[in-house]
Amino acid sequence: MTGTVADATAGRPASVGTPMRRKEDARLVTGATNWTDNITLPGLQYMAILRSPMAHARITRIDVSPALTRPGVLAAFSANEIGDKLGSQPCVWPVTDDIKIPAYPALAKGEVRFVGECVAVVVASDRYAAADALEAIVVDYEPLPPVLDMTAAMVEGSDLVHTDLGTNTSYTWKLNGGDYEAAKAKADRVFTRHYVNQRLIPMAMEPRAVVAAPTGPDGELTLWTSTQIPHIVRVLLSLTAGIPEHKLRIIAPDVGGGFGSKLQFYREETIAAVVALEIGRPVKWVETRSENAQATHHGRDQLQEVEFAIKNDGTILGMRVDLVANMGAYMMIITPGIPLLGAWMYHSIYKMEAYDFTCTGVFTTTTPTDAYRGAGRPEATYAVERLMDDLAADLGMDPLELRKKNWITNTEFPYDTVSGMTYDSGNYEAATEKAVAMFDYDGLRAEQKQRRESGDPVQLGIGISTFTEMCGLAPSRILSALKYVAGGWEHATIRVLPTGKVEVVTGTSPHGQGHVTAWSQIAADQLGVDPQDISVIHGDTMTSPYGMDTYGSRSLAVGGMAVVAAAEKVVEKAKVIAAHMLEADPADLEFKDGVFGVRGTPGATKTIQEVAFEAFTSHDLPDGVEPTLQGVSTIDPQTFSFPHGTHLCAVEVDTETGMSTIRKYVCVDDIGKVINPMIVEGQVHGGIAQGIAQALYEEAVYDDDGNLVTGSLVDYLVPAAPDLPHLETDRTETPSTTNPLGVKGVGEAGTIASTPAVVNAIVDAVRQFGVDDIRMACTPERVWRAIQAGKSGGGGDGGDRAASGTVAYGGASTESTAGGESA
Amino acid sequence: MIPAQFDYVRAGSVDEAVAALAEHGDDAKVLAGGQSLIPLLRLRLSYPEVIVDVGRVDEMRGVRDDGGDIVIGAMTTHYDVLHDPLVREHAGLIVDATTTVADPAVRHRGTFGGALSHADPAGDLPAVAVALEAQMVIAGPGGRRTVAATDFFVDYLQTAVGPDEVLVEVRVPKHTGWGHHYEKFHRVAQSWAIVGVAAVVRRDNGSIGEARVGLTNMGATPVRAVAVEQALAGAAPDAAAAAAEHAADGTNAPNDLNGKADYREHLARVLTRRAVAAAAGGS
Repeated sequence: MTGTVADATAGRPASVGTPMRRKEDARLVTGATNWTDNITLPGLQYMAILRSPMAHARITRIDVSPALTRPGVLAAFSANEIGDKLGSQPCVWPVTDDIKIPAYPALAKGEVRFVGECVAVVVASDRYAAADALEAIVVDYEPLPPVLDMTAAMVEGSDLVHTDLGTNTSYTWKLNGGDYEAAKAKADRVFTRHYVNQRLIPMAMEPRAVVAAPTGPDGELTLWTSTQIPHIVRVLLSLTAGIPEHKLRIIAPDVGGGFGSKLQFYREETIAAVVALEIGRPVKWVETRSENAQATHHGRDQLQEVEFAIKNDGTILGMRVDLVANMGAYMMIITPGIPLLGAWMYHSIYKMEAYDFTCTGVFTTTTPTDAYRGAGRPEATYAVERLMDDLAADLGMDPLELRKKNWITNTEFPYDTVSGMTYDSGNYEAATEKAVAMFDYDGLRAEQKQRRESGDPVQLGIGISTFTEMCGLAPSRILSALKYVAGGWEHATIRVLPTGKVEVVTGTSPHGQGHVTAWSQIAADQLGVDPQDISVIHGDTMTSPYGMDTYGSRSLAVGGMAVVAAAEKVVEKAKVIAAHMLEADPADLEFKDGVFGVRGTPGATKTIQEVAFEAFTSHDLPDGVEPTLQGVSTIDPQTFSFPHGTHLCAVEVDTETGMSTIRKYVCVDDIGKVINPMIVEGQVHGGIAQGIAQALYEEAVYDDDGNLVTGSLVDYLVPAAPDLPHLETDRTETPSTTNPLGVKGVGEAGTIASTPAVVNAIVDAVRQFGVDDIRMACTPERVWRAIQAGKSGGGGDGGDRAASGTVAYGGASTESTAGGESA
Repeated sequence: MIPAQFDYVRAGSVDEAVAALAEHGDDAKVLAGGQSLIPLLRLRLSYPEVIVDVGRVDEMRGVRDDGGDIVIGAMTTHYDVLHDPLVREHAGLIVDATTTVADPAVRHRGTFGGALSHADPAGDLPAVAVALEAQMVIAGPGGRRTVAATDFFVDYLQTAVGPDEVLVEVRVPKHTGWGHHYEKFHRVAQSWAIVGVAAVVRRDNGSIGEARVGLTNMGATPVRAVAVEQALAGAAPDAAAAAAEHAADGTNAPNDLNGKADYREHLARVLTRRAVAAAAGGS
């Protein structure tokens, strides 16, 4: 554990920088939580949703009336009945002027475009009755051709996902820095690779859930939803369903994880709200894990063509990136922008004079994609760090040396990157040096050599990944320039109550991160009060009306700064009152450890608690000072923050079976100042686990008919504790210069860096057999096939997996929908 | 994840279970530990009208010594099997394989007989039963009958147990002193075998007297690797590699997400070599 922010304080020890136990955990581990599914209300009804079994089909007939005859059923709707009230689900990030964004009805109108799309809804007295009644709904589907292959979908004349758009290409977006053609002309050669960043399915512990309750005679509605973004949901639900915003209250109660999948405004939220108002009863919908797999948005799914223009000594002159990004069937709230969040990160920590980035968004008949932990930045880091190791091998250089030759050195900050960002701070040398020492890099290289020479069936590979990312989304002016329709500010209100206890109201919306603890620590040090005397209020648009919520490692770098700014305003006001109480000039007061004192007059002090009581009684406030003691701040960040780190991974590959086993994993992250090292450690561990999962285990697979074969946790492998290695983590601390706490962001770091480190290690282990790529997930079969192909002189990345699931759990073999008609 | 409606019968004895099955026939399904059936119900892949729960049938639980056999009650949990001294002494292969079944929570609820009756070709215990030449004791309206393990597994998720019958116990010939090993190949700890190899070896004056090898997930049913066994009989211990080359002979491996057939055939050869070598070398 390194690093504390100890500004403080002679008397009270600083809380920031200490591994204070999370205030949230006693409730979480004893089950005293309030998940959306725990909410019960008088008269509550249960909603179940009929989903499309077809990847692409015309609905020629739909009749919900038979469901109404089933026991316990109160109502049933398709788009025919309530489509007009549902509106069209919004996309808030139209990334280009000519982007094609299709209509996205909450209940399918006339056509379905992915397996799992909402078709009809039943409301019944219990969830069993609702699920049973779905089977009574009659839907006739006329099959249309599925569109699954992105490259084929872009070809003129291919089958269309949206006939009215006339194309499957939604947009082409470009970003340039310098003159890439000129760099290429100066280069000795270009080095090009193609990588596949496979589709992933977010699997939060708590699946999505919604309770919608009419609360008044004039269309008032309260919506509890398992979301990362209650404030944004309020705005979007109001705009989509035409419910006046002031009549809407959105509550994110305890939320069991999101990872970006709950940075969304889902059709089920609209449906629940509209149905509840329609029937005048509260309704609950809780997603099953199977629905999670099909209908919660997916992540990643890019084809990456990446190229360096290089000198033969390894100097990188320029980089070209050409992405094809799978949008899925529709645009959800920020679907088109996700791959572009990586646009500034493909050149990563490296210096170059030119950069040429293009991304094309393509529709397919698959579940829509959107944010998933890292959102565009893991994809960018994967490509550039794979390219680095591949280039090093091609040049016969040590991959660390190649990186050192090209990275921004610690004396060059602030550094204006080729894509136009300004990195305020960093020290890549320090993080890498520490990681290399922890890893025993030289020792493992020696063992690798020995295994190669002895022809050991188990070969050793070493993978490297450095990374940087942009946290603290986001300066509103930059978002505007990127055509994002909202801002990136954050809000905090701090109230010091009459008895001296403190309420911190935040617009961030935690769903596992530990904001209650961290915000308490920050406010405690700012106000000089005990962290246990602070409560943090969040996740309810009634009690916390302003906020832009939680995603993109923004909460601390933006929301935490709002807490600091609000606390400063509290102190500012309290100082005026304290000065009056002490009969001194405010300018002569100092504030330390929660006590106002008069400089040069020992003993003349008032505690902030005493001041708060004075502000409450208001018996003798200075002229012009309003009663009560609170500070309100809404801050818009001026720029991003840029954490970085170096991750090193050693993998043993059993060349007989293709099985890859992580032997050693070391990471040194630089996330600036740390508020709570225990929370950081958890974020790093979880992030690395998720990144390893992409490298080795997780992959959404569709069959040729567009059925999701990996539709359950039997076939979509999410690793658990026994499957993950021991992680050796450490930190360097280069404070951010763009915010008063010097913090950067940690929520996505591990996920971003770990995936390329693991895959680089596997490729390194088997490169000797003629292998230079293995497609993720690096299943044993793919590794084995790549070795076989390499040995026989062929290329290939291990190829496609058989698109058929586990027999005992249905798999695709029992769910084929080819040409079928479903009733 | 919400099952369709069903009726529920709790059987207090084998006779009661058989009577309930006789009454409901094809519409009924036996519930043992529920670790496979309940997910199938919740995924609506199975729609029985009646569930006959044998969870409280004490006579189906426990392990006993019966001359040349040990007899394992069908409702004995994996956990109890793992910790049973008779199983450990006379059928170590069952311990090897059972240790790899899912996770501790599943092993406390899942049962030996339930896993066999489910007959998932990716399950670990069917290949073990075949390798150990177990005899399956099935109760039905006409009394009890015994079926050899090789005849018990009929097809994917299908056994010789009729709709009005229930597996009550499994007779396992004692393999006291035989070397044993279960080589399971899977991607994460809780997942099913992509391929598994169950091997027992009787050593005889420094060479292999006799070997029995069962394969998991190399076909619709567990497969006995007969050609491997023949090549090993009377051979030196280092014959494992050559014998294992026959491991995929006569198999019909599935193509699925975890592997295409040719990869599974290759795995069967590698894993059989490893399993036999381990069984021949250790105890």
